[in-house]
Amino acid sequence: MKPGILKGRIWVITDPDTDKLINNIDTDMIYHNAHLAVTEIEKMGQYAFGNLTGWKDFPKKAGEGDIVVCGTNFGSGSSRQHAVDCFRALGVQLIIAGSFGAIYKRNAINSGMPILTYPDVDDAKIKSGDEVEVDLEKGKLKNITTGEYLPNADPFSIVQMDIYRAGDLFEYAKALG
Amino acid sequence: MGKTIIEKILQNHTEDRVEPGKIVWIELDVRSARDFAGANVVKNFEKHFPGEKVENPDKTFFTFDCNVPANTIAYAENQHLCRLFARKQGIQVYDVDAGIGSHVMLYEGLALPGGTVVGTDSHLNIMGAIGCFGQGMGDSDIAFAFKTGKTWFEVPETIKITINGTYDYPTTGKDLILFILGKMGAAGALGKCVELYGEMVDRLDLEDRITVASMGTEMGAISIVIPPSDEIIKFYRDMGKKFNPVFADPDAKYSQELEFDIQGLRPHIAKPPHPDDTVPVDELDEIKVDSVFIGSCTNGTYKDIKIAADILKGKKVAPGVMVKVVPATRETYGRLLEDGIIQVLFESGVIVSNPGCGGCAQGQIGMTGKGEVQISTSNRNFKGKQGSGFTYLASTVTASASAITGKIATLPARVIVRK
Ligand code: SF4
Repeated sequence: MKPGILKGRIWVITDPDTDKLINNIDTDMIYHNAHLAVTEIEKMGQYAFGNLTGWKDFPKKAGEGDIVVCGTNFGSGSSRQHAVDCFRALGVQLIIAGSFGAIYKRNAINSGMPILTYPDVDDAKIKSGDEVEVDLEKGKLKNITTGEYLPNADPFSIVQMDIYRAGDLFEYAKALG
Repeated sequence: MGKTIIEKILQNHTEDRVEPGKIVWIELDVRSARDFAGANVVKNFEKHFPGEKVENPDKTFFTFDCNVPANTIAYAENQHLCRLFARKQGIQVYDVDAGIGSHVMLYEGLALPGGTVVGTDSHLNIMGAIGCFGQGMGDSDIAFAFKTGKTWFEVPETIKITINGTYDYPTTGKDLILFILGKMGAAGALGKCVELYGEMVDRLDLEDRITVASMGTEMGAISIVIPPSDEIIKFYRDMGKKFNPVFADPDAKYSQELEFDIQGLRPHIAKPPHPDDTVPVDELDEIKVDSVFIGSCTNGTYKDIKIAADILKGKKVAPGVMVKVVPATRETYGRLLEDGIIQVLFESGVIVSNPGCGGCAQGQIGMTGKGEVQISTSNRNFKGKQGSGFTYLASTVTASASAITGKIATLPARVIVRK
């Protein structure tokens, strides 16, 4: 069974000039439409954040099990699944954001990619490189590096947990029989 | 705590506790796919559930309406793939002759007040017209719905809009929704449901409710849900349908409550390329019209086309103006034929085509060329949606009047005697 508690290294996706979280990162900044013809998930990782100022080298820096933290309205724009799959390809295990675009949220949940809505993301005392522990079911976050508990995120809904545990939407359907 | 209409409908279809922001599993009364994306639903289904059956073929439908009959090989192949799958699964197909899927579901009573309907049509939230939850979704979501009879949905917040005042013909439900759209803007109800109240709203008939609900997408709404009137409930009861109409609790919680005054509302029009860029028709400068499209899920009902015929009767469309009328469904088409309405339109110089989405999707009844000015009764006028020309959105009355004058115009109330 997939774990309900995840531990990993954090990437806080901030603007290099202001050091503030970037809001409204759209699907073109996450995964540019020039690479939409790619169909194998493994090949999508290299394009993640390929169009986001200051983060073009993200695929080189990111590692298996990393956790990405973003601002509000993450993944607005088109319905491309690539914008979710490119993170899975890199082994990113969780995306935390102030809020998500509606279609992005649907795509992520349906493909079993863990995403967590974190309304207090701006106040969370975390920086890139910190190690955090996240309880998906409770929405609890702990900064292991500093030993501090952070404000709670919205916990996974039953639906999200069902699909995540099964693997994806279709695996969940099979599990229903 | 009290619940809004959408919250109550969802609550009646789930075991989970419904509240805004929560994601819940819901049981689906109807799962559908149209020719657009239908083939992808089939491919997804066969890839993930090879040899398996859909959950309940009686609640599962194909409705072909985008490209009918197919005029590209790709559409023909996709439609046929759906037909073969349907035969194997015992699913009913409303084929290329049937008309717009959402209207078929509304008029055949597949969709019912208080019910839940999903499909691949992004304007399926039109079901809000009868106080029903309708939602367009992607092909994997619909394949899952075919297999399980369920989907998940994030419970939206609801905005309550009260409309004060009344209007008279030649103002119609289309003008009302264009006016509201102008006030709300393209993202004014983003991700929210909208409930409509007021004397004029109560009075709207099924056709006007359909028109109003069909434009919820244009203000970013999940759906515009209109509390069903006695007339709506009777319409479905007379069909022998069993259903549970849903109304908001008196203490329902809304994210926003708005009021608009529409006393004496004049006919409105949306300027290209934004459906929410609306003004009263009589405030526009003189604009020459090249083509007129009357139809779509917004204004393709019997009532709409009858209005067009009443205005055009005994007159000719302006020289050089191309007027296209597309009934929404085969049933509508049949009644128009029987009542001599198609004859009236024919004599005034109108092109009448077989039912379907017509000018709205993929140009089944032609597109606009560069610089061409079209007035359309549909719900979208984005760049490129109906060709490379400029599309204005208006009511059937305004579109018909413009057909005669050859300029964007609407009727002074006194000229027309409505039956
Ligand atoms: S008429 Fe247009 S908006 Fe309506 S269902 Fe057809 S394509 Fe969609």
